[in-house]
Amino acid sequence: MAEVYTFKDFKSDQEVRWCPGCGDHAILAALQRALPEVSASLGKTREQFVVVSGIGCSSRLPYYMNTYGFHSIHGRALAVATGIKVANPSLCIWVASGDGDALAIGGNHFIHAIRRNIDINVILFNNRIYGLTKGQYSPTSKFGMITKTSPYGTVEHPFNPGSLALGAKGNFFARSIDTELKLNGEIMVAAAMHKGTSVMEMLTNCVIFNNGSHTEISDRSVKEDRTIVLRHGEKMIFGKDRNRGLILDGRHLKAVTIGEDGITMDDILVHDATSPDAGLHTMLAEMAYPDMPVALGIIRNVESVTYDKALVDQMEQVSAKARIHSMDDLLRSGSVWEVK
Amino acid sequence: MQHRVIDAKDVVIRFAGDSGDGMQLTGSLFASMSAVYGNSLSTFPDFPAEIRAPKGTVSGVSGFQVHIGSTDVNTPGDFCDMLIAMNPAALKANAKWLKRTATVLVNQDAFDDQSLLKAGFKENPFDELGISDRDILVVPISELTAASLADSGLDKKSVDKCRNMFVLGMACFIFDRPLEYLFGYIEGKFGKKHPEMVEPNKKVLSDGFNYAANLQMVANTYHVAPARLEKGLYRNITGNQATAWGLMAAAGKAGLPLFCGSYPITPATAILEELALHKYLNVKTMQAEDEIAGICTAIGAAYAGNLAVTTTSGPGLSLKSEALGLAVMTELPLVVVDVQRAGPSTGIPTKTEQTDLNQILYGRNGECPVVVVAPHSPAHCFDAAFDAAKIALEHMVPVVVASEGFLGNGSEPWRIPSMADYPEIRPPFAKSAEGGFKPFQRDPQTLVREWAIPGQKGFEHRVGGLEKDHNGVLSSDPQVHETMVRERAEKIRRIASVIPPLEVKGPEKGKLLVVGWGGTFGHILSAVEEAWEKGLEVSFAHFDYINPLPDNTGAVLSGFDKVLVCELNSGHFAGWLRNSFPEFKYLQCNKVQGQPFLVQEILEAIEKALKEA
Repeated sequence: MAEVYTFKDFKSDQEVRWCPGCGDHAILAALQRALPEVSASLGKTREQFVVVSGIGCSSRLPYYMNTYGFHSIHGRALAVATGIKVANPSLCIWVASGDGDALAIGGNHFIHAIRRNIDINVILFNNRIYGLTKGQYSPTSKFGMITKTSPYGTVEHPFNPGSLALGAKGNFFARSIDTELKLNGEIMVAAAMHKGTSVMEMLTNCVIFNNGSHTEISDRSVKEDRTIVLRHGEKMIFGKDRNRGLILDGRHLKAVTIGEDGITMDDILVHDATSPDAGLHTMLAEMAYPDMPVALGIIRNVESVTYDKALVDQMEQVSAKARIHSMDDLLRSGSVWEVK
Repeated sequence: MQHRVIDAKDVVIRFAGDSGDGMQLTGSLFASMSAVYGNSLSTFPDFPAEIRAPKGTVSGVSGFQVHIGSTDVNTPGDFCDMLIAMNPAALKANAKWLKRTATVLVNQDAFDDQSLLKAGFKENPFDELGISDRDILVVPISELTAASLADSGLDKKSVDKCRNMFVLGMACFIFDRPLEYLFGYIEGKFGKKHPEMVEPNKKVLSDGFNYAANLQMVANTYHVAPARLEKGLYRNITGNQATAWGLMAAAGKAGLPLFCGSYPITPATAILEELALHKYLNVKTMQAEDEIAGICTAIGAAYAGNLAVTTTSGPGLSLKSEALGLAVMTELPLVVVDVQRAGPSTGIPTKTEQTDLNQILYGRNGECPVVVVAPHSPAHCFDAAFDAAKIALEHMVPVVVASEGFLGNGSEPWRIPSMADYPEIRPPFAKSAEGGFKPFQRDPQTLVREWAIPGQKGFEHRVGGLEKDHNGVLSSDPQVHETMVRERAEKIRRIASVIPPLEVKGPEKGKLLVVGWGGTFGHILSAVEEAWEKGLEVSFAHFDYINPLPDNTGAVLSGFDKVLVCELNSGHFAGWLRNSFPEFKYLQCNKVQGQPFLVQEILEAIEKALKEA
């Protein structure tokens, strides 16, 4: 029988040292609140949780969690986490990584963890800036953004973490905004329940070096018109008046107003997060303001065989057939001869 | 012509041909057969990095040298008694390795004008190489193979592939080897999947044997009696296979799963391949996306309680440097196997060297010591890997196994040990978390921290690359940092008390001590033995442990006027000794050619060192 936890059980005694107003505080709070439910749903006790991170502001997170934790080196959180999961598949692994950590220096591990579909939960803190090194552009900084290393504006095209994850055949991708505490909690619980690599892109605000990085979509006055929260099985509706929706116009998504141009509720798409075909999920993940609302919520949630399970299954199959059962057997197998 | 049977103490045979001629297989079969016959032996595969270099070119020549003996064989041999050259390029690339008394067997069919030209010969390759005085057997091997298989029903390509079996058959006659072992091999290899290949291969082999027997040109055949080996069960083993098995043996003794995260790299790949075969013995292997992921997955697995390993070669070790520092900082058990090759950069991937030692010892940011062990022969890789894992697990420290291409690819007969004779491995698992688990509190004697594993209730803790105090709390306090830096180093120094003392072969006091480490052992030993035969006064000590050095190192070195350090680099270990014991006088014998030492080179260095005394 698993223990019953509250969010306090997941708070460590360490002083949280993020800047006041940093979006990371809210993500930490959401995680601490989500884990009791995850624990109950998966039957995991606190000592079975491991939080792994790389380097960057967000990667301080393991110190603030009263679980096992590994604060590794820049970009390598996913590789360390993969090793932990393979070594002990019964553990529930969480990775905290930033846009620089996961998509620049750790980009290779990011796509390969997803490709393998190892059962870990990745919170990708995307503030579109390098905060800990004090304000250089990141792989998600918008084209033309002025930073300390791009004083005249970047001449680089940013990654969309969603397209990257889905392009690598990701089976779980969700997006949210730091301030959306409730939605973030829902996403984290669903990510934990999903078997495989679950990528959660959290748009976070860097109050010091990129303040307002996503206010154009997250500000209260515009949020409902500029974002759409997708929920599996529900119509893709958004807008303050809940009268806007998404339809497929040929091969493209289009934002429409219900009641205009002959559009009725029946025309609006229903979100199927579980569709194996990632085509529509990719289009949803790539919707960008100002042409389209930015998709939040669980965009894709598909079950597929996980690396850790396939590995263990293979070991069991091979073991069942093996004629060699010990090191001594192996040493004496094959071509051997006796000297008398 | 009546041939003579020469009773030889030892002979060296070199098989050489195009990369696609099957010389690696032919050589290793000859070695296995000789091992089963009871000879002691040592092998040296010497091949290019290209899988199939342009046909007939000198750069594409692949060689395999086998040294068999009726007494101890320490090295693959400097020069060969017989060279089998499948084409002019192979002759050209290997003529320099011929003894004055050597026999040369060449495939006449491959010595056409075009091939001669391609290898850079004008008219008579033997004159041009200055080897016309050797016993030269010019045999139309391709033609004879075709004749042998005329009725086999095999197509021309398959027939042509059997040339190496004809040569092997001839070698079996010349070196007095029965064919039974090879018949068994052929049946085992082809019996199930390609039964149509069994009889043709046997026939070519026998025909080669009979051809050599009937050939009036073979002046000498050699008989190398079985060596007087210690009683027991034997097998032939390569260094890479022995490394893999040593790690598996250690995991078994520790009662832990073995995890290996690695990225393929020459010449280390065979360790990962070998481990991947043995999943039924609780071995988990991951072919990582890159070298960094290889070591980082291993570090994760170590944190989660596995015996964790990553295998690589020089360039891969460079990529792993930062993560190796993380393993030092988190004080997790980790074995890193570096099968060294010629560098820098990509260097000469298939050639052997000892040029990574400085990288292994010093190649990380901050003060970042690791334990370093070095196997000294292919079979010794088993014990070295076992020891490395035992030290890593019991002392919570990364250990680098400094292997070499020469050891990894080379093979020797190995008396199979019993696992009952190996010690238990007892990691310092955390047992009490009273008052909260303090991850970096140390055992007062060994300075080793305890290992708490995720899943263990009440021991939740965080590790990472940032400096921490003994309680595991982040700290940039100057005193805490210096204390931790010193303790991490001192922890390794104290491992000297659990490793065997340095042994001296020969007198413990004298004018000259020859010193080596790693895969040069056999060559140095042979050179020292030859020096003794010449009446020279010299002793020999070989280091299997580089960091920490054995406790008695200073005492041993102090017994000699001079220390001659022999190694396949420009003086890495000599520098390490100078640093550790500046009071002694060091001489150096170095070679950086991507090739092992010749015994003769070391012998000359010994003679020179003694003359200068």
